[in-house]
Amino acid sequence: MSDAPATDERVKEISGLRKALIRPELGGIVGTVAVFTFFLLFAFDSGMFNAQGIMNWTVVSAQFVIIAVGACLLMISGEFDLSVGSMIGFAGMMIAIFGVTMEFPMWMAILITFVICVGFGALNGYIVVKTGLPSFIVTLATLFILRGFTIFIPQTLERKTIIGGIREAAEGDWLAPLFGAKIFGGFFQMLGDAGIIDVFERGTRQGQPVVDGIPMLIVWALFLVLIGHILLTRTKFGNWIFAAGGDPESARNSGVPVDRVKITMFMFTAFCATVFATCQVMEFGSAGADRGLLKEFEAIIAVVIGGALLTGGYGSVIGAALGALIFGVVQQGLFFAGVESSLFRVFLGVILLFAVILNTYIRRIITGER
Amino acid sequence: MTSLMKKLVLATAIVAAPFVTATSAAAEGEKYILVSHAPDSDSWWNTIKNGIALAGEQMDVEVEYRNPPTGDLADMARIIEQAAASQPNGIITTLADFDVLSGPIRNAVDQGINVIIMNSGTPEQVREVGALMFVGQPEYDAGLAAGLRAKGDGIGSFVCVNHVISNTVVGERCRGFADGLGVDLGDSMIDSGQDPSEIKNRVIAYLTANPETDAILTLGPTSADPTIAAVKEMGIAGDIYFGTFDLGTEIVNAIKEGIINWGIDQQPFLQAYLPVVVLTNYDRYGVLPGNNINSGPGFVTKDALGKVEEFAGQYR
Repeated sequence: MSDAPATDERVKEISGLRKALIRPELGGIVGTVAVFTFFLLFAFDSGMFNAQGIMNWTVVSAQFVIIAVGACLLMISGEFDLSVGSMIGFAGMMIAIFGVTMEFPMWMAILITFVICVGFGALNGYIVVKTGLPSFIVTLATLFILRGFTIFIPQTLERKTIIGGIREAAEGDWLAPLFGAKIFGGFFQMLGDAGIIDVFERGTRQGQPVVDGIPMLIVWALFLVLIGHILLTRTKFGNWIFAAGGDPESARNSGVPVDRVKITMFMFTAFCATVFATCQVMEFGSAGADRGLLKEFEAIIAVVIGGALLTGGYGSVIGAALGALIFGVVQQGLFFAGVESSLFRVFLGVILLFAVILNTYIRRIITGER
Repeated sequence: MTSLMKKLVLATAIVAAPFVTATSAAAEGEKYILVSHAPDSDSWWNTIKNGIALAGEQMDVEVEYRNPPTGDLADMARIIEQAAASQPNGIITTLADFDVLSGPIRNAVDQGINVIIMNSGTPEQVREVGALMFVGQPEYDAGLAAGLRAKGDGIGSFVCVNHVISNTVVGERCRGFADGLGVDLGDSMIDSGQDPSEIKNRVIAYLTANPETDAILTLGPTSADPTIAAVKEMGIAGDIYFGTFDLGTEIVNAIKEGIINWGIDQQPFLQAYLPVVVLTNYDRYGVLPGNNINSGPGFVTKDALGKVEEFAGQYR
């Protein structure tokens, strides 16, 4: 040790490379490389890597990303939300009920839905912090309650469980395109004209490219990752999130408003689920009572693949996004690779397990265990 | 560190290699993909899988079956988009929700992929998405026929055990049945869920609360099998008028025992088998039948059980 004031004997010296590697998302990065290598080897000429194929797994991954960001921050703060899937179904249905059945203007339907759903998120958080019950139990109850409403309300009002006509109701609306539009259409038309991507051969859209823009869903996914990442790594609130999940007692003692952090994270998770639902109903034009089934587990899986700890206090938004990407690519890639449908889940399970083990292993190597 | 990454990548490839090579046994001929809306838990679709496998063998073409694991139709739309991206010769799919599926199907058609709609959808919708034809059972009409039949047998009230409450098309069966009877559907449709013991207990609860119910209508093996157990447990098996849609091993046995009065067979085998045959012949010789094909309804009663029994759950 030199006597230079820049050094301090209490701080361990580590090499720059090692420092660059000690991050929760490393496992996600390695997993992403591995998964892409794998599918480039086994499904290269199956259409998986033409424009349409890329758009397909990107959209699926973006869906996972949107809910994974919320689930990730919540999990780092030490809580779970099992009601995400039901929330997706519920939010979509609310938009349909307000926008189609009650004929409110679409922007109003969307805003009311956001308020209701984020309110449910706040309620989840409030019950968890006030009762001290595990969030697992509280949100499991919310899962059933919301799914029940999602079936009951349209059944009572419309006598059916799928409500269509959302796209028509959203026409000319100022807010709906923020969730349902596609951007850079001109650029893709150019690519189509240049023969770089396929164009429609027949029908009303002959000559138009098969991929006609970047859906707002993907933009939302990127936006949420960016916001989540900055919040977690660059702000005081981000430190509070880690503290609340790592050791709530000592966090409280050092003045971190743990309850407020947790409730805010529940609200954010609900917000993400509502974004997902809004994009979905705008794209497909209908809301169904069975939308979003099991999506909460998909979100949690993505977060865990991305290197977060189930027990809270450790994780990264970038990692969760990579986890979502791995999950989306594996899920759609297996179809491209022509995997027998009845074995599909076996592969999904094996690959996911493999990704998580790899992740844990890498984390142990690097951090000397957490 | 980079060598560690290389090792890991290599390990991944090695671990996964046997899986992939074991599953992509490609035939030389045309390739057709069938996309269904059924969750993994729905046993009825097993007949569909067997049907396309048999057609694939006989026509010497490659066939694949795909479905959204939880039955989420938004996931199904992504699977249709995925199927189109892999450029098969044809796609066979259901139209469980026009709003959700019409876009992806239309995209596939416009890319030059032939599409046949099977199982669910209306002739108008099929025309609108630009599909070649529809192979299936018009649900409302089938329900109406069953309702008229039940009315003739002196039935005045019923309970419809719906295990796919979110599938509007299947719900039409109950609506048709109610119209055939000339009663209002009202509260006689119950959401039974997919879990066998839950279905059984909900049916028992309903029949206990509404003892004057004349008839039970179930919408498939998923809800019929537990309902059979329910009526046995309540001691009303054979007493209460019991009709069901679709066949399965348990249903066939119940018809034989006189617990179920009739089963409506929409012959799923044909819904899977015929589209493959039609598409293959259309691709090879340019021939195409001039109309939609109705695969059902066919009433199966005690008198005609021989073949049905032999192939129940497999091809029937």
